[in-house]
Amino acid sequence: MPPAHLSPGNAKLNKPLTRPNTFRSGPDAAGKFGGFGGRYVAETLMPLILEVEQAYNAAKADPAFDAEWRRLLTHYVGRPSPLWYAERVTEHLRAEAAPGMGAKVYFKRDELNHTGAHKINAVLGQILLAKRMGKKRIIAETGAGQHGVATATACALFNLPCTVFMGATDVARQQPNVFRMKLLGAEVVAVESGAATLKDAMNEALRHWVANVEDTYYCIGTVAGPHPYPVMVRDFQSVIGSETRAQMMEAEGRLPDVLVAAIGGGSNAMGLFHPFLDDADVRMLGVEAGGHGVDTVTGHAASLTGGRPGVLHGNRTYLLQDEHGQILEGHSISAGLDYPGVGPEHAWLHELGRVEYVNATDDEALAAFQLCSRLEGIIPALEPAHALAHVIKVAPTLPESTLIVMNMCGRGDKDIFTVARLLGEEF
Amino acid sequence: MSATATETRPVVATGSRIAARFAALRAEGRGALIPFLEAYDPDRATSMEILRGMPGAGADLIEIGVPFTDPMADGPIIQLAGQRGLKAGATLGGTLEMVREFRAGDSETPVILMGYLNPILSYGAERFVADAASAGVDGLIVVDMPPEEAEVLAPHAAAAGLDIIRLVAPTTDAARLDVVLNASSGFVYYVAITGITGTRSADPAALEAAIPRIRAHTDLPICIGFGVRTPEQAGHAARVSDGAVVASALIETMSRTLDSEGRATPGTAQAMLDQVRALAAAVRAPR
Repeated sequence: MPPAHLSPGNAKLNKPLTRPNTFRSGPDAAGKFGGFGGRYVAETLMPLILEVEQAYNAAKADPAFDAEWRRLLTHYVGRPSPLWYAERVTEHLRAEAAPGMGAKVYFKRDELNHTGAHKINAVLGQILLAKRMGKKRIIAETGAGQHGVATATACALFNLPCTVFMGATDVARQQPNVFRMKLLGAEVVAVESGAATLKDAMNEALRHWVANVEDTYYCIGTVAGPHPYPVMVRDFQSVIGSETRAQMMEAEGRLPDVLVAAIGGGSNAMGLFHPFLDDADVRMLGVEAGGHGVDTVTGHAASLTGGRPGVLHGNRTYLLQDEHGQILEGHSISAGLDYPGVGPEHAWLHELGRVEYVNATDDEALAAFQLCSRLEGIIPALEPAHALAHVIKVAPTLPESTLIVMNMCGRGDKDIFTVARLLGEEF
Repeated sequence: MSATATETRPVVATGSRIAARFAALRAEGRGALIPFLEAYDPDRATSMEILRGMPGAGADLIEIGVPFTDPMADGPIIQLAGQRGLKAGATLGGTLEMVREFRAGDSETPVILMGYLNPILSYGAERFVADAASAGVDGLIVVDMPPEEAEVLAPHAAAAGLDIIRLVAPTTDAARLDVVLNASSGFVYYVAITGITGTRSADPAALEAAIPRIRAHTDLPICIGFGVRTPEQAGHAARVSDGAVVASALIETMSRTLDSEGRATPGTAQAMLDQVRALAAAVRAPR
């Protein structure tokens, strides 16, 4: 094995910036990706997460578990999702580019999944795990409501009672998803604490879990939280990247050059990126929510760009926080990106420089949302609209031969009321 | 700096106040009352008045909550206390300053800070421990820092003579118990209920079964918290263990005296201290 390469000057800062031989081996036994991740939970939760870890390790080694999950993905979710050459977006961006410039843009169509987003991939894995563990009820947190809807859906299918914690602010701005969850038989608890958004929903779900340990499984929606959640959710979501790899080989006979995905907690991005992390020629761009602009104090949700490392919700990662270590409320037009933290593996990939983290503002996302609807006949969710906003910036600067894959991780049905209001439409 | 501050103090060196207090209580034949207050709740002056008044009202040790935006293990009552504290300007540094002022008038009552890791990391773990010891803090409960993640703080705390007090829950199995106890000092905080603070009451019979189970694994004093609300419950908890921690019930009483804006009224500190007196009487009642 070649000697590990230490970036010059970093030893003094005592940062774990050793470039690994592989980017795909994490986390370690303690759930750490470099210095990020871990299990920063109250002792009351510790036995629970250790139990989940043991059960997940056993399930992962069981071919029957994998076979059942894949059966559901194929026949219930509708996987594989297509890889779509977005020809009109490509042509539109080429029209503004210099001659010979304008990358070829593909969408990974995870918005076509049953329930309309990528969330269902990891939910089905986790619900199968909960069944295996003998758990009798499921709780989940949700921001935009996509994870809540996916969890409520899986619980309906598996006949498990489901309680979804959702910030009261998000309940108000994501009414269609609240109603969907109720139709699916789930109980939706509006969380009033803090700014009443995703972070507060997660606090409340953790509190509820501690109080109901015996029979309850907590189905986390993103690659954050205490170990083993970041690795477990990533493993399930990696189906996105694995399919993309095979589909691009079939379509173009080679790997893509650039991957682009939106980052809230980071599950759709981690799922797309992970299978490509060791392909040095594949460039990866994670697009955080720039809100009103990353130079505003609490007007964005770009944890990697505007935050610094700290501990929240069971893991050490980049957080939006003030100088005293109090957590700041993020802001984004998208309820799914409005989270002051980010998955610990992203924090690690950020410090290593393997993935570039950029951002798109509310206005840029809103423009991309409309452009995509008109050019491709695809109404994207506001989350991937952020990814598309960055594609719009970067594609014209790249040669025509460049292959970009953007993860269309959710559809925009849930957002039409929000967007209508912003565009001045009344119903 | 911290060394001179403690050396000039005649009584007990920093870090041994907890052991000294439990030894004295053992000689007296009773358990401890450990009341809780949230720093800066509802404002700095009122919480300082409550802190200063607690030993006289019968507190044997004092637990001070450090406000945090995301108190994962706390129920609504202490969440609101933290929000009021933050609104009143609470910081970790400001909380240490409160302890320093308290210590100027009380060199014996042990003070334990209870909080979450992020404000400590933000302050700087090593600098925090040094400043806490110099301010007169005796022990730390860092809710979201299990033994597995304690490396960042525990060595500095040990060097400064600060105890790391850990929570043991009804869900803590035998294998886990030793991991937790080996990383504990000062006393063991037994969480009487599976849940968050201030939401249900502890079951006396369950406590009588749980404490001997832990006792078999440690020589440290064991105190019971989460779910100890009434004088009767405090008296029982202090009899079956070495002490009772009362938090949410006190904060609830205090918060009832606040005006509609959440501000203190003339009776605020006194209401909380009167309840400490009632709890202390029950803890001191003959067995």
